[in-house]
Amino acid sequence: MSNGVRRGAALEGVRRFGVTSIFFVRLLAACLPALARPRLIVAQIFNAGGRSLIIIMLSGLFTGMVLGLLGQSVLERFGAETALGTLAALALLKELGPVLTALLFAGRAGTALTSEIGLMRATDQLTAMEVMAVDPMSYVAAPRFLGGIIAMPLLAAIFDVIGLYGAQLIGVQLLGVDRGTFWSQMQSAVGMHDVTEGIVKSLVFGVVVSLIAVNEGYQSEPTAEGVGLATTRTVVAASVLTLLFDYVLTAAVM
Amino acid sequence: MRATRSLEIGTGLFVILGLAALVFLTTQLPNSGLKLGFGQAPGYAVTAEFDNIGDLKVGAPVRMAGVRIGDVTAVGFDNQSYRADVHLRIYPQFSQIPEDSYASIETEGLLGGQYVGISPGGMTTYLKNGSQILQTQSAIVLENLINKFFANFSSGGSGSSGNGAKTPNQSQNPQEPHP
Repeated sequence: MSNGVRRGAALEGVRRFGVTSIFFVRLLAACLPALARPRLIVAQIFNAGGRSLIIIMLSGLFTGMVLGLLGQSVLERFGAETALGTLAALALLKELGPVLTALLFAGRAGTALTSEIGLMRATDQLTAMEVMAVDPMSYVAAPRFLGGIIAMPLLAAIFDVIGLYGAQLIGVQLLGVDRGTFWSQMQSAVGMHDVTEGIVKSLVFGVVVSLIAVNEGYQSEPTAEGVGLATTRTVVAASVLTLLFDYVLTAAVM
Repeated sequence: MRATRSLEIGTGLFVILGLAALVFLTTQLPNSGLKLGFGQAPGYAVTAEFDNIGDLKVGAPVRMAGVRIGDVTAVGFDNQSYRADVHLRIYPQFSQIPEDSYASIETEGLLGGQYVGISPGGMTTYLKNGSQILQTQSAIVLENLINKFFANFSSGGSGSSGNGAKTPNQSQNPQEPHP
């Protein structure tokens, strides 16, 4: 009895995975016609990126400040406070910037996407579009997907820069690490490949989070409860997959 | 119309901010010739030549008695003398550093970055814009010291001969100019 239930749940999980994959391919196919309406994409870049700007900047600032505080107190034991800039830059560029941005993005913009599309589904707006021979994939889903992909690397870069200045604020202004060495040691230790790694990561996270958010909204049950459940699933799935892909990408570039 | 206009402005602002951050990350962090945003404080320029500057970097502090009095603005190489040519900028309030002062490359702690330390000389004429510090001491390369020590230790016992690990990296300055 319970065995059957478990098998049903496993099958449901596999089905969901298949649905997402098929949706991904359909979404990619819908991206080309969506590019013919750049105005829609611009609106979604603002929805996904511009509206997340404040939370990203605040989080970046505090993350950098914590890095400055903790890094200084640990490095001081070895008399190596001058390496604080290097520590903060590498941690932000390679890990904290892309990952935290993706998690915040999933919470701020991903949920908004899911509930918006889910509500469109629940109120039959998507069906109405189909009746009017407007493809909702290229008119609703694809612009949101592309907007998320474009917004994510930009948000991560802003997070990194604000974080660096946060680390500098605490490390240099408050704890007295030398300003010149903070920046010069950072510049000599950070290579172009570190920056590229961060950008590639945030691009991949952008695809993952946007895909999940749009897909969950599109597939949600057309009820109030269904939209709520889909929104929850977006946050859970996007966060877990972001961290999973983070490990895979980190291992890949090692 | 108003709504789309403000939306376009918001999007533009966000994209410009993001691109500016990307440009900052790609041009300022990896070691490039571009100058970073920290303000160029006024001061006067002084040069010094070293046999070996070790790991000294642009932006490293210049210290006198432990107090920061300037920073390193450029590190070059002199093709005639085969020595490192270090440009220093001393803050204007430290205008009374004797001309025969002595510059050395020192390390903060065991693992820290390197900086230029200046010990005052005794002359009553002072360093000014464009002058050169003549007496310098190179960075002490820890590996060389250890090598010297072990070479000395294994061949013929400790400290029996006079040419031990005493002056491994001293430059050719004839006198010992510490005050």
